[in-house]
Amino acid sequence: MRRPRPGLVLRLFLRSSRVQRKRAVLTVAAIAWGSLSLLLLLSFGEGLRVSLYRASRGMGLNLAILWPGETGRPWQGLPAGRPVRLRADDVDFLRQRVQGLAGVSGEIHNWRVTMNQGDTTVTGMVIGASPDYGRMRNQIAQSGGRYLDAFDHSRRRRMVFLGNTLAEDLFEDQDPVGRTVRLDGVPYTVCGVMVPKIMMGNYGGLDEDHAVIPISTYKSHFGRDTLSVLVVQPERPEHMPRVLREVHEVLGAKYAFDPEDDRAFGIWDTVETSVVMDRMLLGIQLFLGIIGTLTLIVGGIGVANIMYAVVKERTKEIGVEMALGARSSWVTSPIVLEALVFTLLGGAVGLAMAAVVIGVLAAIPTAGNEALEMLGKPTLSVPIGVGTAVVLGTIGLLAGYFPARRAARVDPAETLRYE
Amino acid sequence: MMSLLSKLYPVAVAPAPAVDGEVIRLEGISKVYDTGKVKVEALRDIDLEVDRGDFVAITGPSGSGKSTLMNIIGCLDTPTSGRYVLRGRAVDGLDRDALAEVRNRRIGFVFQNFNLLPQITAYDNVEMPLLFGGVSRRERRERVVGLLERVGLGDRMEHKPTELSGGQMQRVAVARALAMDPDIILADEPTGNLDSTSGGDIMELFRGLWEQGRTVLVITHDPALAVRASRVVVISDGRITSDSG
Repeated sequence: MRRPRPGLVLRLFLRSSRVQRKRAVLTVAAIAWGSLSLLLLLSFGEGLRVSLYRASRGMGLNLAILWPGETGRPWQGLPAGRPVRLRADDVDFLRQRVQGLAGVSGEIHNWRVTMNQGDTTVTGMVIGASPDYGRMRNQIAQSGGRYLDAFDHSRRRRMVFLGNTLAEDLFEDQDPVGRTVRLDGVPYTVCGVMVPKIMMGNYGGLDEDHAVIPISTYKSHFGRDTLSVLVVQPERPEHMPRVLREVHEVLGAKYAFDPEDDRAFGIWDTVETSVVMDRMLLGIQLFLGIIGTLTLIVGGIGVANIMYAVVKERTKEIGVEMALGARSSWVTSPIVLEALVFTLLGGAVGLAMAAVVIGVLAAIPTAGNEALEMLGKPTLSVPIGVGTAVVLGTIGLLAGYFPARRAARVDPAETLRYE
Repeated sequence: MMSLLSKLYPVAVAPAPAVDGEVIRLEGISKVYDTGKVKVEALRDIDLEVDRGDFVAITGPSGSGKSTLMNIIGCLDTPTSGRYVLRGRAVDGLDRDALAEVRNRRIGFVFQNFNLLPQITAYDNVEMPLLFGGVSRRERRERVVGLLERVGLGDRMEHKPTELSGGQMQRVAVARALAMDPDIILADEPTGNLDSTSGGDIMELFRGLWEQGRTVLVITHDPALAVRASRVVVISDGRITSDSG
């Protein structure tokens, strides 16, 4: 018997909806401003997230960096305190023994190498690296050049891959590819220059300042193949703990240390740290969202206020409708609907303004400015749109609900009395 | 006007029927307004029966409780105690939505200040109770046009209340009261805001309705209107002091 009558409610809404234009415009503007704030804050959060995400990929994805240390406990009759020394061929050994590795790379760091090109001399870091290094560390060659290849490694060729900043320091505006650089006096041919990238984390400095040579060449040139660091990359991030355990087991068996010995290697597990970073970002986004929502709630109070005024203005009409047989819900629903329309209208205006602001910001170049580059571009996304719509809808409903409740309490006998 | 009215619901109700059952029965109705400090007894132990086809004028000095009685009969207010049976159905103790439905289907209101919705047309005003009653679009159109033509406002359907005279507004209100073909027409000082000519027209309208067999209750202190009723109930200080019926 008491079925809902959406058509009737819509009809009543269309008939009754008329508020003072000035007040309505101001209210819609307040909601639009609130929506704009919420959308922009969330978009900045999203931009920050995207750029941090990209930056965290700059160094490479799902890496664990292991620094050989010294044993922390006695093992099989050997005392604690023995250094762990890995060699270049341990990389192949690990590749054969550890399951599920997407990549494994050994690096030898030489911090003070004199590099000459023509009249220019630069002192910097040269890295002797395994073949997987370039792919794992996202070192991509600019067009015209290439990264070190398998042939360079197997033939111990004197080829060098330069970081983009180092290349500029050495060659200024010349094209370095195919030219010669002397590393501690020994000539090397430049095979490529790295594409610039943002790096959030690093060990041993930024890749843009480094020169990379094959680890085999490094050994024959500098006469040393003790690894400075070992980098492993599991196929799936969740396999990291198992991969690290197996690395300890395989190397522990070879070099006679306890696989449980946590001082054999210093470890930076980027999978673990990226989880922490994700949480932190979520925290930042929540914080921004709450600030934006509070701004929007102020607008919602404006809508509630205008609807209270509307109810007061229409008290007599509500009384008449009730006398003619309108149920409470027929009186209240148009009011809730009206508040929702105000709110959503304001939200649409806010969205349009946010789109314009974001478009303008996107047109401003940020390349070269590290702070801006790290902050990223504000970005609208589907979850932001959905989230904002939910917040707007909730605020609209509440802004209509309370005034509507007052309308439902109108006593027709009281309002119809002749004054 | 009379000839126009004789066409109103020509089939639905036989003219001037004999007493064929009670429409309203009030038993021991009391209404106490509790303002916190003071309790005001607006109605004290009212018993009243109205039969079908009665034309009752309820009259009395101001503050006597006649408006309260009208509100209770109109299901706009509920009694503090007592029993109210409207055409065989007890309506005391119904919830708000159920009372709304009773008002919609059984009672047609006419008010002193017309109480038309100002922003919509005469047509839309008359259509309102039909919308609430869930009457189909086609039937709504037929009834609204028929009613407005028969109160003589066929050419004023698209006018808003502000564009109508007092008498015309009250005729729209009467058409609206008749829209759902209610059991009773309940009018509260219907001529109070009208000049004597328009007031006379409205009174004739009510008399015509009564002659067609409708039950009409008019609250008034206008002796000219009370005289036309078939029965006069006088209220004083919350009690019925005289009843000609």
